Amino acid sequence: MTAELGHFALILAFAAAALQGTLPLIGARRRDSVWMSIAAPAAILQFLLIAVSFWALTRAFVLSDFSLTVVAMNSHTAKPLLYKISGVWGNHEGSMLLWVLVLALFGAAIAVFGGNLRPTLKVRVLAVQGLLGLGFLAFILFTSNPFERLFPMPVDGRDLNPLLQDPGLAFHPPLLYLGYVGLSTTFSFAVAALIEGRADPAWARWVRPWTLASWTFLTGGIVLGSWWAYYELGWGGWWFWDPVENASFMPWLAATALLHSAIVSEKRDALKGWTVFLAIVAFAFSLLGTFLVRSGVLTSVHAFASDPDRGVFILMLLIVSVGGAFALYAWRGPALKGGGLFRPISREGGLVLNNFLLTAAAAAVLLGTVYPLILDVLNAGKISVGAPYFNSVFIPMMVPLVLAMGIGPLLNWKRGELGPTVYRLKVAAGLAVLFGTGAWLFIDRASALAAFGVFLAAWLMFATLHELAVRIQLFRVPPGESWRRLRRQPRARWGMTLAHGGLAIVIAGMTASSAWTTESIQVMKPGDRVDVGSHVFIFDGAREVRGPNYAATRGTFRVESGGGDIVLTPEKRFYDVQGQTTEAAIHPTFLGDLYAVLGDPRGEDGGFVTRLYFNPLVPWMWAGSFIMVLGGFVSLSDRRHRVGAPGRQKAGARATPAPAE
Amino acid sequence: MSRRFLFLLPLVLIAALGIGFWFGLQRDPQALPSALINKPVPEFSLAAIEGSARGFRRDDLLGKVSLVNIFGSWCVACLIEHPFLMELKANGVVPIYGINWREPNRRAGPEWLDKFGNPYRFVGDDPRSEGAIAFGVTGAPETFFVDRKGIIRYKHAGPITRDVWESKLWPIVQRLRAES
Repeated sequence: MTAELGHFALILAFAAAALQGTLPLIGARRRDSVWMSIAAPAAILQFLLIAVSFWALTRAFVLSDFSLTVVAMNSHTAKPLLYKISGVWGNHEGSMLLWVLVLALFGAAIAVFGGNLRPTLKVRVLAVQGLLGLGFLAFILFTSNPFERLFPMPVDGRDLNPLLQDPGLAFHPPLLYLGYVGLSTTFSFAVAALIEGRADPAWARWVRPWTLASWTFLTGGIVLGSWWAYYELGWGGWWFWDPVENASFMPWLAATALLHSAIVSEKRDALKGWTVFLAIVAFAFSLLGTFLVRSGVLTSVHAFASDPDRGVFILMLLIVSVGGAFALYAWRGPALKGGGLFRPISREGGLVLNNFLLTAAAAAVLLGTVYPLILDVLNAGKISVGAPYFNSVFIPMMVPLVLAMGIGPLLNWKRGELGPTVYRLKVAAGLAVLFGTGAWLFIDRASALAAFGVFLAAWLMFATLHELAVRIQLFRVPPGESWRRLRRQPRARWGMTLAHGGLAIVIAGMTASSAWTTESIQVMKPGDRVDVGSHVFIFDGAREVRGPNYAATRGTFRVESGGGDIVLTPEKRFYDVQGQTTEAAIHPTFLGDLYAVLGDPRGEDGGFVTRLYFNPLVPWMWAGSFIMVLGGFVSLSDRRHRVGAPGRQKAGARATPAPAE
Repeated sequence: MSRRFLFLLPLVLIAALGIGFWFGLQRDPQALPSALINKPVPEFSLAAIEGSARGFRRDDLLGKVSLVNIFGSWCVACLIEHPFLMELKANGVVPIYGINWREPNRRAGPEWLDKFGNPYRFVGDDPRSEGAIAFGVTGAPETFFVDRKGIIRYKHAGPITRDVWESKLWPIVQRLRAES
């Protein structure tokens, strides 16, 4: 019965979205306040209805209701509760339901928190959000209904792919979707601005928190996925340039560019057309990703069961929404004239360079991702584009970006001076050269590229710290005064410092783990010792253990260290229903991860094939990413996002107690 | 004029991309035609991988319906189909032969099989793509269906999942078995 309730709620949500997407749009044009007033309640209603539907599906998974096809195909009674819940989005239908849930969540959030928006703009944003919801609800209802019944009902389910039964991956999709789908808000803002023919600094100011929120979640989601690949796939890699990874990375690049160009639009009233364009493009990449993952036009590790009908439907959604937005852009865009003028060498100039490099990088990733498809369509053969292409194209573009990231924040608005600014960064530059040279001399003389990576990371870190020091006038005013200034820094500035500094740490981690990983593969008997880098791994043998829905062979390794032994227990799991997985054991230390994988048994005397790694600075990647995400949240909590926007007076007035009627 | 054109450019690009994808959808990326379909497997003989006694050659394929699977330790998607191949082996559904394609070194392939299990009857080492050329391989994973007479009858590109197997591939095996 609950399933039917969920299905019915979804149909009602479709109706709510239809209302939200049409009447308010007409109302805003006619200045009809009654029709306009439908938008916010409809957005909230749509969200609540989808939430009911999502709850119904979750309940079916938790209670193992195998009369539902998706549950029977993706769940199992013996599965732990966490994975029963994550099973909801571990399949195509359920994940689409999560998709629209997040879409409606953002719509409802704008309805609730958008009190300081210009009324016509708010209504139009909500209407566009409603139209997007309408399209995707139709997609679910007509091609991917999660509430489809299965008859006869099986005794037990087929279980979720064991690779996906993992805490990291349980939270990866919700977080990723919050970012991915969150970009629908920037799209709606852009389309609404084009309908109004107005993208003023106030508009840019309203777009920024939504962009920032999406960027923060997207960063977190991508990192979680990468972390999962690192420990679950069991060979220490963390990024593969797989089409689906690229599908989440392209919106991230566009959102990062948008985040920066919106600053120029807000502060300097310039780059408007460009900012609106990026706001559309960021979500277009999200839709493109959804299309690539679910249509099966590209083969990928992550692909869901592909279905041409679904592919056609999503392609139509993509063409109608993004094509429609770009048509509007071609028509109304030229009227968006910027006000602020600036020299090439200026803060604006730095942000333009940032945008140029990020968009070029996104275009290069797009090209590499769809190139096999293009060749195939042109009958030029089937090829696959691999990591070498992406590394050789992407990294050279990131080098000037990182160099500029150190300088840009120190430039003046309107016109800055390159020479003196770089000269001021002499300490940061000197330290960076020192670190780079040190890495080359003392760690690895064979890899100049790795030493250059260390130089870049150090440069970005010290330049970011230098910028913070300049802001608080460290050593120029008494320490007490500096401390006072430090505490008074706006949170948005802290956000920038954290995000840039976090990236520096991530770059250090990427460089070290790519260049200096040590690996040792051998057959070990209990008691055997193996040197990996500067660590000694001792194998204590393996034994059989039993998990809730799997049996496993668990090996025990000891690594001697100063403060007692570190124990690592990698497993090889045999799931009852679907195949086996390898669970690497990882012990993070400040300088790197001790990483052990247990292979197949060899010989009669308890010997096993083992793979042992030392992955230097990998924890830095996760820590640095965490700092970037933290920076996003800190910046989001800045009070300027909540107050000070035009229209605040009205919002304040509404908050005063209404006179008794 | 040029400014207007600039604003029109995104629309042109999305239209081009849309048309490209439209045609892309019409083709099934799994169904790659192979020049060798319905032709006998050419003569080939691959050396054994390290740690195993026997390689893989053309004559192994005669007399029964069998699958030839192209894999490599470098191939991410191979890991996806791997548990299912293990299941096919455990249940003795159909013999699967492996071509270990283009490993970076001699040990990588055997280690991969040690780690995840070996679903193959015999595995041939194919560092110089001799076996891959014999079958007309375009990428990994790819699986060829060979009938009793040693004729390549079908090619599946991409990972073999349970769905694909049940809906498409198992019927093909049954059909080939039904032939005299």
